[in-house]
Amino acid sequence: MLRFFPAFTLILMIGPVCAGLIGTMLPAFGYLPALGGDGISIDPWRDLLRQPGLAISVRLSLVNGLVATLISFSLVMLFCAAWQGTRIFAVMQRLLSPILSVPHAAAAFGLAFLIAPSGWIVRAVAPFAGWDRPPDIVTLHDPMGIALIAGLVAKEIPFLLLMTLAALPQADADRTRQVVLTFGYGRVVGWLKAVLPRIYPQIRLPVLAVLAYSTSVVDVAMILGPTTPAPLAVRILGWLSDPDLSHRFLASAGAMLQLILVLMAIGIWWGGEKLAGFWGCFWAEGGMRGRRDGTLRRFAAGAAILSAGAVFLGLASLLVWSFAGYWSFPEFLSRSFSLRLWMREYDMLGAILWTTLVIAVLSVMVAIALVLGCLENETRRFQKPGQGAMLLIYLPLLMPQISFMFGLQVFFTGIGLERTLISVVIVHLIFVLPYVFLSLADPFRALDPRYGQTALCLGASPARVFWRVRLPLLTRAVLTACAVGLAVSVGQYLPTLLIGAGRFATVTTEAVALASGGDRRMIGIYGLLQMILPFAGFALALLIPAVVFRQRRGMADHNRG
Amino acid sequence: MRVFLAGLSIVAGLATAAVTIPAKADPAPDIGNWQSVLDQARGQTVYWHAWGGEPRINDYIAWAGAQVQERYGVNVVQVKLSDTADAVAKVLSEKTAGVDDGGAVDMIWLNGENFAAMKRNDLLFGPWAEQTPNFAYVDVEGKPTVINDFTIPTMGLEAPWGMAQVSFYYDTARLDSVPKSAQELLEWLVKHPGRFTYPQPPNYMGSTFLKQILTELVEDPKVLQQPANQVDAEKVLAPLWGYLEDLQPLLWRNGQAYPQNGASLRTMMADNEIDIAFSFSSGEVSSAIEAMELPDTVRSYVFDNGTLGNTNFVAIPYNASAKAGAVVLADFLMSPEAQLRKQDPQYWGADTVLAMDKLPADMQKAFADLDLGIASLSPSERGTVLPEPHPSWMELVETEWQKRYGVAE
Repeated sequence: MLRFFPAFTLILMIGPVCAGLIGTMLPAFGYLPALGGDGISIDPWRDLLRQPGLAISVRLSLVNGLVATLISFSLVMLFCAAWQGTRIFAVMQRLLSPILSVPHAAAAFGLAFLIAPSGWIVRAVAPFAGWDRPPDIVTLHDPMGIALIAGLVAKEIPFLLLMTLAALPQADADRTRQVVLTFGYGRVVGWLKAVLPRIYPQIRLPVLAVLAYSTSVVDVAMILGPTTPAPLAVRILGWLSDPDLSHRFLASAGAMLQLILVLMAIGIWWGGEKLAGFWGCFWAEGGMRGRRDGTLRRFAAGAAILSAGAVFLGLASLLVWSFAGYWSFPEFLSRSFSLRLWMREYDMLGAILWTTLVIAVLSVMVAIALVLGCLENETRRFQKPGQGAMLLIYLPLLMPQISFMFGLQVFFTGIGLERTLISVVIVHLIFVLPYVFLSLADPFRALDPRYGQTALCLGASPARVFWRVRLPLLTRAVLTACAVGLAVSVGQYLPTLLIGAGRFATVTTEAVALASGGDRRMIGIYGLLQMILPFAGFALALLIPAVVFRQRRGMADHNRG
Repeated sequence: MRVFLAGLSIVAGLATAAVTIPAKADPAPDIGNWQSVLDQARGQTVYWHAWGGEPRINDYIAWAGAQVQERYGVNVVQVKLSDTADAVAKVLSEKTAGVDDGGAVDMIWLNGENFAAMKRNDLLFGPWAEQTPNFAYVDVEGKPTVINDFTIPTMGLEAPWGMAQVSFYYDTARLDSVPKSAQELLEWLVKHPGRFTYPQPPNYMGSTFLKQILTELVEDPKVLQQPANQVDAEKVLAPLWGYLEDLQPLLWRNGQAYPQNGASLRTMMADNEIDIAFSFSSGEVSSAIEAMELPDTVRSYVFDNGTLGNTNFVAIPYNASAKAGAVVLADFLMSPEAQLRKQDPQYWGADTVLAMDKLPADMQKAFADLDLGIASLSPSERGTVLPEPHPSWMELVETEWQKRYGVAE
């Protein structure tokens, strides 16, 4: 029974994704009979290469993705190195869940209102500077994409930190750190030399997922990114929404280019890994102790606090906006506040939250069952899935969503499943499952096999080992994976809208539709609403292990991360 | 791996076999026999795909749905879109999958460009619009755009449900006088650099601004009514590019960044980032004041030589599941009662498509008595309504603009 899990999981992932890929690939080569494209040609590609500023868009996507990932990764590693095992580290850990549960778009809107020339920061300064109108400078949508990078970094740091936290216990980080310290290494250098090499293999896939996401992000890029021209993914979306339906060929070619771009980014990163590994050996062997790292440590803390603070302030601005009356520049706060808009939306909220929850819980339950089945199977058989199979599972994360959705939609319509709850759950699963896998695979694989072996020697059946030994040891990791999956499901916009044909109104479909109207009050309300369910999920993931293992110190420690 | 390959082939088999669940075919309603349309519509559910970015508009749509439910037993569900193209994509994917009956989209709130595209690709049901009872009230003579969407004859494939005309707005607390032509706008910007901008084309409002300028500057505006490939387009567009050459560096952020849509112009007005903005209806500005998005000192105006105007439509896809229900709903949207509420800025503030002289006396009075809101323009203040150019001009202008200004380096 168990051995069918990997195949079944792959089929569930690969079937729709292949269908989606084919549905995108064919139009990229001119085939889309519904629009009169009956033959195969390279015209879409020629068309694509003729687009003004294409090279800049490509460069923006690639550079932004790499830089944002590099900064997030470096800051997270530096922060862990500098502060792991201290109080500030514990505090940051607690701040994580709320930030992780903020949907990307809401965080970006919040950030936009902070750093805009008419935003909170300028408003705080304006009375002293004597400004009655915002300075005419480019802080958002800057041509270099700096605001976009900042937004991505602020949002990816919590995710990577969470992934690292899950990996730390398995790398035996605490003891390693102490050993290195007794050798006279500074905290930061010691950690980087002794712990990082053991952590990195475990968090590599999450890092690559962040890289792929940053390279092909649409919503954050639209809110914070450059527009003249925009990064490639945003332009693909534009071509897809062009009233001239023949632009769909161009968009499909663009989507293929985007896929190539993501692969290139991964290739570059991989090359960087090799270089860093090579150079790192010399560095480690050099024996430099790096004891004076006070400044570096303060910098790491400062950067972490700054990024968390920016997201929190941004959220505060959303909250304030959702109650605001007319609010002009340079007023620091709105002149009046009202509950009017909240009251108006109140009636619909119950139904919308319920729909969102049902879809999310169903897809997360299926995902966690499949992932646990796969992982348990490989543990019992002592075999890891091949690199190819792993790549296939992560394929949905590497594909620009909007283009591959078109093919998928055709597929579901073809098998008569479109517009059903089943199809919506399946399509959510495609995106939820890789993230659940990402969150759970490394903690699961890194679990000391001797626990299981001991139990087997004591006469427990393999099933009992799974239920009574492995699962309890992994409680926190499983719950965290569920929470990540829940957040991913809640955040899905295009799949919910297109595959569900609008029959399933979720907080996110409502939020995106209303955000297109640009009223910050509505953006505030729905941005906050989008947070509620994931936030509850992460809160439970923290609370449950604490309560369940109240009486068992060892288990509690193991599940704290 | 072998198990996996076996599984994959099963999926592939499923996909090719493509067992389409037989959809409940909805026979095309016989529009000439209205009672039969009503009978057929009763009990149907109409999934109306409409832009969902404006709470006021969503509320209006919900109201219309409730009315149609009560009167004709037709259930209406608004599918809130952030972009109309999503609905077009839906119909297109169904056509690709061979779902020619029982489609997911029953009605779309459409604009000229999407209409032209759907018509060209045979994605629409009809003709039906001109045979519905309430179409008799529509002002076909006075408002030619109710049957010509961006110069393309609608031929009964879509029903008009609102009028739109470009109007500019400014805060009287900040400005005393305003520029009232393309030329004056440029001169004003020389004195107030950075205090005006337009949404980035191909955003609808941004392209509309460019068309407005083009229409003003072109030697003979009639040439814009023809497809662009039938005339010397380069020569026609030359004045526009000459104008933009001067305008661009004077724009907000020197034209390095642009707002995304008309709604962001509103926010920028409130933030004091710009001094003059524009929208597709002056009623929208009144509504925005009511919703506390703009200060109550904002007022609307139009250019001296007129501004572009057009009509909003609803259309029914060729494979809609509830065609009769959609026709009934569209007919209700054209009714004097629905149009009256639509024009009231308390609810929406969009102009009616109806001819006052065709209406019963009590309805005429009700329209005349409407309080249009402090920032709305009365019909007499609106000046000349300029016709929209043929869609090909919009495409051409957008492509050329992208080449010249979409790449800032």
